[in-house]
Amino acid sequence: MRMNVPEDRRYTTEHEWAALEDGVVTVGITDYAQEQLGEIVFVELPKEGDVIKKDETFGAVESTKTASDLYAPMSGKVIEVNDPLADSPGVVNEDPYEEGWMIRVEVSDEDEFEGLLTAAGYKKIIAEAAE
Amino acid sequence: MTGRRGLDFAEPLIFERGSPGRRGTSTLASPLGTWDASREAPSEFLRRGPVGLPEVGEPEAFRHFVRLSRWNFAIDLGMYPLGSCTMKYNPKVNEAAARMPGFAELHPYAPESWTQGALRLLYELAHGLAELAGLHAVTLQPAAGAQGELTGLMIIRAAHIARGGARTRILIPDTAHGTNPASSALCGFEVVPLPTGGRGFVEASVVERAMDERVAAFMATNPNTLGLFESEIGRIAEIVHAKGGFVYCDGANMNALLGKVRPGDMGVDVMQYNLHKTFTTPHGGGGPGAGPVAVTKALEPFLPKPVVAKTGDVYRFEFDRPKSIGRMRSFCGNFGVLVRAFTYLREMGIDGLTRVAEMAVLNANYLRVNLRDDFQLAFDGPCMHEAVFSDKKQKASGATTMDIAKRLIDFGFHPPTIYFPLVVHGALMIEPTETETKETLDEFIAAMREIARECRESPDVVKGAPHHTALGRLDEVQAARRPVLRWKRECEEKPRPR
Repeated sequence: MRMNVPEDRRYTTEHEWAALEDGVVTVGITDYAQEQLGEIVFVELPKEGDVIKKDETFGAVESTKTASDLYAPMSGKVIEVNDPLADSPGVVNEDPYEEGWMIRVEVSDEDEFEGLLTAAGYKKIIAEAAE
Repeated sequence: MTGRRGLDFAEPLIFERGSPGRRGTSTLASPLGTWDASREAPSEFLRRGPVGLPEVGEPEAFRHFVRLSRWNFAIDLGMYPLGSCTMKYNPKVNEAAARMPGFAELHPYAPESWTQGALRLLYELAHGLAELAGLHAVTLQPAAGAQGELTGLMIIRAAHIARGGARTRILIPDTAHGTNPASSALCGFEVVPLPTGGRGFVEASVVERAMDERVAAFMATNPNTLGLFESEIGRIAEIVHAKGGFVYCDGANMNALLGKVRPGDMGVDVMQYNLHKTFTTPHGGGGPGAGPVAVTKALEPFLPKPVVAKTGDVYRFEFDRPKSIGRMRSFCGNFGVLVRAFTYLREMGIDGLTRVAEMAVLNANYLRVNLRDDFQLAFDGPCMHEAVFSDKKQKASGATTMDIAKRLIDFGFHPPTIYFPLVVHGALMIEPTETETKETLDEFIAAMREIARECRESPDVVKGAPHHTALGRLDEVQAARRPVLRWKRECEEKPRPR
């Protein structure tokens, strides 16, 4: 199984990635998540200005197989949404870590980032799930 | 291969058939003269162009739909092992009963004195269902399983409010039916998912940690969607009751329990039946459904009104129920469906229904044991009415659960439920039901083994399936991403028969 897990960001057990820069975290789903979901047909995201809370759902992705909630890796205010995903959700399958990003959030507590999984920690989780 | 060799017709959309002005019927001129719409309705409501209905004759219309029906699959055509849907054969005597003029032509506003037979049927069906559930009273109003869930949750909410304390949470195992969290959310509750334990069901200790005074109810599908009995339900009910919560059982999988186990004895306070599953009423596109709800004596005052009551030998609607949550459905629910379910209940009797549960579980286990060498079981060990496999053993071939499901169509079987429950990756959820013969089960097993062999030796056959249907594999991704919901003459595209 292909398992692309970039070292430059952190992860959740629910298969979201989080990249923090200057108090703003960019959030998306992992390569493993998009592969498990299959072809994504719909992405539901919050609006700019919405406040999201760590570990709570902030949206959902739907594929031909299933629908799955998205969980916030950190708390804060949504300052940017990847609007093109509404028309071309398949980008999440093609490029989950770059073009397929979902939201940018002004975080309320940067320390939350340290509590997220490292690339190594996340790799272990997906290896166990594949068992 | 037992697949199809039939003669299927290529058939366009009905809009692409016919000829301008062609009609299927002729009507007499109205004795009232021509009717001028512009004198009867405001101009903004007047249609500006033609309606654009198909213009075809009766034989053309009839053949169109009969031809399309031959592209389809039905329980009257073959085995339909759709997990957790209990697609069992619907006895035709149900139809005879439902079509009796005294039932079929009864006006819902006819006075009670004229409708005693129908009221008696509702009364006796409700009592029969209460008895099978081991509960006190039943409402027949809900029009489907999910509306039954909503009704049950509204009853639970009303009971908490009547006690003086509204509660906000529902605990739901991750192997529950998807409608359970949806119904809870619709009723305004916050859903707390509970993880499945290592043996495939929820452990009491997990409920103990999650249970507090905010929790309105524990809601479980039992048997769950892994086809396993929630074996700690008794202990779980004690924990939930001790903290003032209720236990809701989704009764969609009652086929495994009929006459064997009464949910009331497990500590269940509320449950819904799915008559279109367990009680052989039409299902899926052939609905409508019916989702009666059974409750304990303590919850009876909250049932939707009216209920059918009996005084002496006289049946009547009882409306004077001040604590009732109100009406959930007009009139008496889907009455025709209730007639069919009552017919089945009386035809089978308690001994017959007990045999149903025995045979449903035996058939599922027969498939489980015969397929476990070729397909990975999610949980090894005896199952209830359904067995859950996955595509893990086929991984190396590149063929997936979706491909296996599509290939089964070529062998003349409806695919099972796939990719559900979510806790099993690549799930194939197979529920044969009690109405399939051993010969049919053996044919199904042979087809599944053949597909497993194809995955090893010629996986492209599986990945390209179905090959013997009128249309090949449909593009589900495009259908979801770019659905064309309105036909337009310009974008006319002929179907591609194979």
